[in-house]
Amino acid sequence: MQEALELKALTRRIARERIAERIFHCATFIAALLVLTILGGVVAALLHGSWPALSHFRLDFILHEVWNPVTEQFGALAPIYGTLVTSFIALLLAVPIGFGIAVFLTELAPVWLKRPVGVAIELLAAVPSIIFGIWGLFVLAPILQQHVQPWLIDHVGPLPIIGHLFQGPPFGIGVLTAGLILAIMVLPFIAAVMRDVFETVPDVLKESGYGLGATTWEVIWKVVVPYSRTGVIGGIMLGLGRALGETMAVTFVIGNAHRVSASLLAPGTTISAAIANEFTEAVGDLYTSSLIALGVLLFVITFAVIACARFMLMRLNRKAFSSV
Amino acid sequence: MKRLQRRKLTSSVALALSGAATLVGLICLGAVLWTLLKNGLQGVSVALFTEMTPPPGSSGGVLNALYGSAVMTLLGILMGAPVGVLAGTYLAEYGRNEKLSVVIRFVNDVLLSAPSIIIGLFIYQVMVVRMGHFSAIAGAVALGVIAIPVTVRTTEDMLRLVPQGMKDASTALGVHSWRTITSVIYPAARSGILTGLLLAVARISGETAPLLFTALNNQFWSTDLNAPMANLPVVIFQFALSPYKEWQQLAWSGALIITFAILVLSIVARILVPSTQGPRGGR
Repeated sequence: MQEALELKALTRRIARERIAERIFHCATFIAALLVLTILGGVVAALLHGSWPALSHFRLDFILHEVWNPVTEQFGALAPIYGTLVTSFIALLLAVPIGFGIAVFLTELAPVWLKRPVGVAIELLAAVPSIIFGIWGLFVLAPILQQHVQPWLIDHVGPLPIIGHLFQGPPFGIGVLTAGLILAIMVLPFIAAVMRDVFETVPDVLKESGYGLGATTWEVIWKVVVPYSRTGVIGGIMLGLGRALGETMAVTFVIGNAHRVSASLLAPGTTISAAIANEFTEAVGDLYTSSLIALGVLLFVITFAVIACARFMLMRLNRKAFSSV
Repeated sequence: MKRLQRRKLTSSVALALSGAATLVGLICLGAVLWTLLKNGLQGVSVALFTEMTPPPGSSGGVLNALYGSAVMTLLGILMGAPVGVLAGTYLAEYGRNEKLSVVIRFVNDVLLSAPSIIIGLFIYQVMVVRMGHFSAIAGAVALGVIAIPVTVRTTEDMLRLVPQGMKDASTALGVHSWRTITSVIYPAARSGILTGLLLAVARISGETAPLLFTALNNQFWSTDLNAPMANLPVVIFQFALSPYKEWQQLAWSGALIITFAILVLSIVARILVPSTQGPRGGR
């Protein structure tokens, strides 16, 4: 009798465990599916919200510069241009500097310096973008306006071709300032990813280089960089993805003018800055819808860049594992 | 001989430049922190933490914004963390070898680096438009959505660090996977998962763009989750761009508070990491 009771209790316990197993398995699966659902939801919500504008303006939306809420004329050329130019400036500055930091951290720094400097650079990445915005507006922009931009206008402005980029009054805020702030912001990402991919290079390869009599720089440039090329490009594109979508810092310093100007010193706007600035004040369905359509453009551009970056980094990971 | 000298010179110059690049990076960090301290500390007083955001031209504090930020960050992480940890568990354990996991991992990585303003627009569309008004709960959901990919990533990485032998030993005792996961794997990876959660908190507490059109802002004290709520990042944004000295001072002090909190969180998270190869919260 006693044994039968115990057996019954045990069976019940096993059945309970099995149900719990099924519930837990399901819960993790649903949570994982939710990640997919979020992306799907983002796409659906953005498309739905932007439909009035996209169906009204069609291709004109990305080809026209006029952005006039009063006459309800909306063209996204200026924000698209601003987004691309500021991101380009950011990469132009951040890639060489990030590369230098990665080289310093992996090949040059003594062991006791590696971790603190590495952590400091990573902390730079943790500082929220609004802090860079307020810093850019109150510290960087005045310095640029009083010291850097007048010099650029006087000395680079008169040059042929390149001079067009540096003409007009020194506003302080503008496309160039936004690009500089973005450069500071994406720098830690690029440096950290490059450092990580440099560390995947097997020591044997580097030692072979040194064994042949190569200098430190030659080992870096002819062994380390070719080996980790996809990872380096992946890291750069990850930084680009961040620069394209960066909102608050840019909103502070770009000046928010829907204009395509030849000069980098002139105020402009970017996709994300336009949304952040105008969304809560937008009146009328077409205005709101046009701003969401800007969001769609931003999403498409960043998605393509990020997808490329992740794909490249994934391939590098596979290579690193297969060589171990 | 000349050639060798030239090569050596090239090498030294290149390495010196890389050292200079590191210096530039550190100077940037130093410059930002220094101005933040210099301008922010001027406004630190009892009033900063006890009074509400003032009307233009008068002094006050940021108590309502601090409260709003804390509440929305807390709610956000409470919503995002369970989903993130469970999804990370699926990727690391149940679905380790499934094709679907590759897709989910990829999508998660994309979400991890997607611009946060897009998430704000998404929540605006699905919550604010439906409800007809801005609300703190919409802000919290937006922050939760941003916290999910960070948590998924770190949880998966940390669970994978748990030695297979431990899992096998538990399975050999005849228990189901869920017991192995909750009683063996989670405790073993606890500090790593906690690090991920801290990084997620650090990430969402400084987010501004998604709150702009979900929680909006509120000049007054409000605990109503169904109404707009003040929050530090949006207050900083509005006050910094205003022409009033008092508001700008509050913006600097608020920026100092937020940066200090985030740096402390990030440093604690790094100390908690079990091995030298820590997870990266990356945006």
